[in-house]
Amino acid sequence: MSFGWQALPLYVTLVSVVTGILVFMLGEQRQHTRTALNLAGAILKLVLILIMLLAIQAGATFEFRLPLLPGIDLLLHADHLTMLFATLSAALWLVTTVYAIGYLEQSPNRARFFGFFSLCVAATMGVASAGNLFTFFIFYELLTLATWPLVVHRGTPEAFAAGRVYLAYTLAGGVLLLIGLVWLHTLAGGGDFVVDGTLAPIAAGNENALRGIFVLLMLGFGVKAALLPLHSWLPRAMVAPAPVSALLHAVAVVKAGAFGLVRLIQDVFGFELAASLGLTDLLAWMAAATIIYGSVLALKQSDLKRRLAYSTVSQVSYIALGIATGGVLATVGGLVHLVHQGLTKITLFFCAGNYAEAYGVHSVEELDGLGVRMPVTSVCFTLGALGMIGVPPLAGFVTKWYLGAGAIAAGAPWVIVVLVASTLLNAAYFLPLVHRIWFRPLPDTMAERADGLSRVRQIALVGPTAFVAITALAAGLLAGVPGSPLFWASRLVGAEAP
Amino acid sequence: MTTEALVGLIFLPLLGACATVLPGRLATRAGVLAGLLPLPWLLVVVTLAVVQDPALFVELGGFAAPLGIRLFADPLAVLMLWMVAIIGGLAAVHAWFDFPPDSPAGQSFWPLWLLLTSAMNALFLSADLFNLYVCLELVTLTAIPLIALAGSKTSVRAAMRYLLLALLASLLYLLGIALLYNATGTLDLYLIRTALTAAPPAAVVTALALISLGLLLKGAVFPLHVWLPQAHASAPGPVSAVLSALVVKTAIYLLYRLWLWSVPAGTLAAEHALMLMALLGAGALLYGGVLALLQERLKLVIAYSTVAQLGYLLLILPMAATAAWPVAWQGGLYQLLSHGLAKAAMFLAAANILHALGSDRLSHLRRLDQRQPLSLFTLAVAGVSLMGLPPSGGFLAKWLLLEAAWRSGQWWLLAVLIAGSLLAAAYIFRILAASLGRDDPTEAQPVAASRSIPVIQDAAALLLALLALGTGFAAAPILQFIEAGAPAAWSTP
Repeated sequence: MSFGWQALPLYVTLVSVVTGILVFMLGEQRQHTRTALNLAGAILKLVLILIMLLAIQAGATFEFRLPLLPGIDLLLHADHLTMLFATLSAALWLVTTVYAIGYLEQSPNRARFFGFFSLCVAATMGVASAGNLFTFFIFYELLTLATWPLVVHRGTPEAFAAGRVYLAYTLAGGVLLLIGLVWLHTLAGGGDFVVDGTLAPIAAGNENALRGIFVLLMLGFGVKAALLPLHSWLPRAMVAPAPVSALLHAVAVVKAGAFGLVRLIQDVFGFELAASLGLTDLLAWMAAATIIYGSVLALKQSDLKRRLAYSTVSQVSYIALGIATGGVLATVGGLVHLVHQGLTKITLFFCAGNYAEAYGVHSVEELDGLGVRMPVTSVCFTLGALGMIGVPPLAGFVTKWYLGAGAIAAGAPWVIVVLVASTLLNAAYFLPLVHRIWFRPLPDTMAERADGLSRVRQIALVGPTAFVAITALAAGLLAGVPGSPLFWASRLVGAEAP
Repeated sequence: MTTEALVGLIFLPLLGACATVLPGRLATRAGVLAGLLPLPWLLVVVTLAVVQDPALFVELGGFAAPLGIRLFADPLAVLMLWMVAIIGGLAAVHAWFDFPPDSPAGQSFWPLWLLLTSAMNALFLSADLFNLYVCLELVTLTAIPLIALAGSKTSVRAAMRYLLLALLASLLYLLGIALLYNATGTLDLYLIRTALTAAPPAAVVTALALISLGLLLKGAVFPLHVWLPQAHASAPGPVSAVLSALVVKTAIYLLYRLWLWSVPAGTLAAEHALMLMALLGAGALLYGGVLALLQERLKLVIAYSTVAQLGYLLLILPMAATAAWPVAWQGGLYQLLSHGLAKAAMFLAAANILHALGSDRLSHLRRLDQRQPLSLFTLAVAGVSLMGLPPSGGFLAKWLLLEAAWRSGQWWLLAVLIAGSLLAAAYIFRILAASLGRDDPTEAQPVAASRSIPVIQDAAALLLALLALGTGFAAAPILQFIEAGAPAAWSTP
């Protein structure tokens, strides 16, 4: 146990915990102090992560270990996968904080909101830097606890109903995960995450036990990753305020689930072992089914946020599909989608929030002609939608290209069929929105309305939206440039998988 | 030095109790402080001695057992003593404001409180079934008037019901030890082991059954729990905390001593008895959980939660005959510790809420996050530990219990443990959801804040909850200490 420089992942996590607690203690009234504190916490965290990135480039290693139980440690470390997820969430947290400050201006219970918002990100950081499954589980459950107050934030009966569904799913998933962990622990002890896993030596004779463990853990992670049929909490959780939807869907919850699946295949079982037990096929098929199913349901939604939510259900499974297909290219495709989907989806949710705040737009039909009224938001929305569909050279295209090429390389051409079908469906549910925004006339009722966003809120809401949209655009356009998400994902696979 | 410390643990609170009834304002204060403040320091001495010798016998007055009285301290006893010192101490801090020592209420409260502390300390240090009977009686007879001190009709009625059932339990217990003495000629918990095998089995089995029945009744183990919810819910806050966190556990503690220390392995159908008790524990966990979910008042939810959580302590018993026993034992004791801390925190927080809002109905808790933020925070943190979610002592306990159940292949235990946790999550989140609700303008507001809460009372509750959270990180040394005193596994002969 060392609390020095080595323990930086612990401090990165604690920054948000402390921010959260201070925000709680400040109370409701001290608005400016709270804003300053939130921004300072977010910036400090990002700076710490950048320092860590540079230090890792220079060959430093980070690890914090605290024995919890005999043979079980709380282990926080920083490998390449950690940095990918941590950088993404720290950057998006900063942006979302700015957005949330603008979004929630004048609304009640902001201290509570921002307190839990910080705890939520602390849990995400813990998930990112967890060095073994036990630690991962601790933060994974903490994430459930910290997000529930955000889901029920509005305090309406619908919000509490959604909160109940959310808890039922996530706690049940937690139970499956816990049983799987106990089983794994009695079979193999509490091993740390190691590239290609630690289970291969004990596989002989324990095939069925390992299959059972994998299925339990996969379902446990699958709940948060919204794998079919464990996804239905996600669209309901849309009652939460827009920054929560953006954070939950782009960064924290679903990504934690997907990230767990990545860890499970890459660092616990190892792809070879998982594939030889037939488990990657299982995950790939589940992911493929989720991709198609989510897209089909997205088509049917007339509520904008619900349509985006089903789109998330579908898009997050690309990550699982990529890592379950295996091989360098598909894995890169899956990992890079962790970032691409995050950037693109957060753009779309910010836009949805802007429409709702400015003109009370909630359903798809109400988008008619808004392009004229809200040009910046609408351009961002269009970019996000096209990115999701995978129009070259946007980020979604890069993902799909790598997934497709990887599928052929790995000898799983059926994945191409899924990708094509999904792309068509994506186009089918996103292009009509783009068409409505730009090419339908503004209805007369709307034309007379003078509401919209105040000057300050415009900066606080549209600014972050434009920022994430540009970042998402850059991630696609500049995918070949060193420093892009694709660059990092390739390095990760190149450095970690021979 | 150790002897003095052990004796001090018992007699300082007793002398303090005597001092509190002397005339004069200062006497009460001095009695309370002298009876409670030195306990942790004495415990440090005892703990260090037990680390050296995990089965520490101290003969009083130089007479050896079975003739003289001897005190016994091992890791289990020390753990219980620490709980009395910390939970009882923080509850006393809380009580200082509701029952100021120089007020009439304080004059009747503090002697009882100190006697209760002394009786519990004596109980955890006694090695003799008859002395234990006396201590157990003292615990009950001081706890019951403390409940009635709340002064409401419900509390007096609940106290009376508790009294009648507790007297019945004592009678059963006394009958049992009379039979046992007749059959074996000794009542020393640690000497009786050899005598039991030689004694006529019929008498011994009857005796053990009577004693156990009495203890199950005092420990409010399902289905003998009927007295508990009203008694714990209607008592004053600090009393509720100590009743749920410590007093009911004295009976469970004695069950452990009786069945895991005194009864030799593999004899007297002990396996069946342990399995039966575990089944009762499972019943408690499920029934208590469901009932907690149906209550409309905060303190009743917490009281039924006690009924449920006691179940965990019995669930470990059938694993005594398996290789998973060390893990099960650690899990059981860690549950005992973390539940004590979390439950005491919840009762103190509930008392604060009751005082501030004038009601503890769940439907009146709306906007609690603005009216009593610290109390709500305490409820939430302690609740996390009760649910067994990380990071908390409750989580580590649950992990150990699950691991033990898995290793011993007792799948039904695994299912019960999971169901119990989910039920706990359901009733805790029900409280939290009620507290975050918005005002319903159509409904009349409950009685306006009757008074504000001294910050120390909030702090006492919060500190207990943070300790429950902290046990989620400090397990390694505590478990190591516990392990040294684990009763031998019952590897079936």
